[in-house]
Amino acid sequence: MTRLRLGLAILALLAAAALAAPWVADLLGLDPEVPDLLARQAGPSAAHPLGTDELGRDILVRLLIGARVSLAVGLAAALASTAIGLAAGLLAAWRGGWVDAALMRLADGLLALPALPLLVLLAAMDPATVGLPRGGALADILRIVLILAVFGWVGVARLSRAAALSVLSRDHVRAARALGVGEARLLRRHVAPALAAPLTVAGSLAVAGAILAESTLSFLGLGIQPPAASWGNMLANAQDLVFSAPMAALWPGLAIALAVASAMLVADGLREGRR
Amino acid sequence: MIAGRLPQIAITLALLSLVAYLAIGAMPGDPISLAMMADPRLGPADVARMRALHGLDQPLLARWWAWATGVLRGEFGYSRLFARPAAEVLWPALRGSLVLLGAALALAASLGVAAGMLAALRPRWRGAVNAVALLSQALPAFWLGILLIILFAVTLGWLPAGGSPEGGGFAEAARFLILPVATLAIAHLAAYARHTAASMAEVLQSPWITAARARGNPESRIAIRHALPNAAVPLLSILALDAGSLVSGALITETVFARPGMGKLLTDAVMGNDNNLALLALMLVAATTLLATLAADLAQRALDPRLAGRD
Repeated sequence: MTRLRLGLAILALLAAAALAAPWVADLLGLDPEVPDLLARQAGPSAAHPLGTDELGRDILVRLLIGARVSLAVGLAAALASTAIGLAAGLLAAWRGGWVDAALMRLADGLLALPALPLLVLLAAMDPATVGLPRGGALADILRIVLILAVFGWVGVARLSRAAALSVLSRDHVRAARALGVGEARLLRRHVAPALAAPLTVAGSLAVAGAILAESTLSFLGLGIQPPAASWGNMLANAQDLVFSAPMAALWPGLAIALAVASAMLVADGLREGRR
Repeated sequence: MIAGRLPQIAITLALLSLVAYLAIGAMPGDPISLAMMADPRLGPADVARMRALHGLDQPLLARWWAWATGVLRGEFGYSRLFARPAAEVLWPALRGSLVLLGAALALAASLGVAAGMLAALRPRWRGAVNAVALLSQALPAFWLGILLIILFAVTLGWLPAGGSPEGGGFAEAARFLILPVATLAIAHLAAYARHTAASMAEVLQSPWITAARARGNPESRIAIRHALPNAAVPLLSILALDAGSLVSGALITETVFARPGMGKLLTDAVMGNDNNLALLALMLVAATTLLATLAADLAQRALDPRLAGRD
């Protein structure tokens, strides 16, 4: 259980930092998106605790604002993936037959394919053609969340299908069916509780995967568009400057690794707690 | 089993090409509007004529069918970005990626198996191996690449920061390969370490291990000759499961190190509106991954006769 607590504590700390971002920006009197060309690539100082980037923007403030984007995308994409995966897995286990076969073949196909090239292709699409808003950080977040959910649901669906199948074949469920309990009530009362444990594990793994995937897409220039800050696009800028300002590449990567590792710790802890 | 799997792979690829074709059709900038931007003298009549000439006035599905049947006949068309036949651009890139993938896979598997055996045989080391495995999974591969560049190229100046060698022999090529291979291998050794540790621990409980011990075999011989071969077969299934993410990792690693390969080619093609090349690169990467998965499954069946009967 210590892993679970450690993971949750780090995530809570990151969330608190993300929430405090505007307050820290006010305190330092800095705007995360306004360039200050007289203070480009400055080292750490009282005015800029972690220094500034190539346009003179404060790295600490951008890091904290970026935490909002990365955590929001991670949580929203994980929620969307879990919801779709749960629905698909439950439907496959409950209906069986060709529905089950079709859904699982689709899942197999998505799992076997390399995700990154497909994500790159989807991210380059014009969001307006599928009826999504264009431009702005919020529109970017929505777009990335949807793209990540297209791939994220597969793992959750397989887990919830397996768990639902094992419950549906048990005697007490068959007895309930024989007694004339309705299918909706059967799923709600008997199947849903058995799914809670595997779903929380799959959900926290989905958070880790989504944070990593968002940072990768933003790093490639296909995710959150500048000037809005995200950990991934901060790293893309930092990579161009490794020879002049290597320290700028340190913090965003550290933040990503910390967030992903703590979500994985939560998943590990939850899995252990079930045994 | 091959008879069942090959049609499945073909269907997956056909569906993927359809979805990707429709997705690319929804991207901004079709070839004619790009031509319009480049040449202000083009009028609406020219645009309509060019659209009809290149078949862009046809519905998307009909265009996909024409493209797909063309590819099956071996007509890969041209790359707009490089102004060369697409096949001439694709093959060298695929070769570059396969070199990176092969070297990284060999390194990740050998280091991962070693770490997993350490964890299984020496309980004192279990915590350390688990921590390293967690770290290697949590680090974004591209950040690890940047860190290695900062350490070995910027600070120490031992290795090139990226790019590809101009001339030079095998040694020069190897120098450019070290950092990308290390990046990709570190990101992927966790899965091998974890599964080796788990399956070694399981195998060590088997009766034949007890029997081997009773015959007076030394522990090192038991671990290497008796336990490892049995623990190694499930590793091939990790290889099959991990193939997709390994290929994704190679693509991002190539981008970080500006190494010519499928990853750079694909992002360049997508960013540069080179639709045909982007589509072909995607299909080539997907086909390679699916065939690698199939090969790993076949190898597992060949090594473990118990699996032969199942499907």
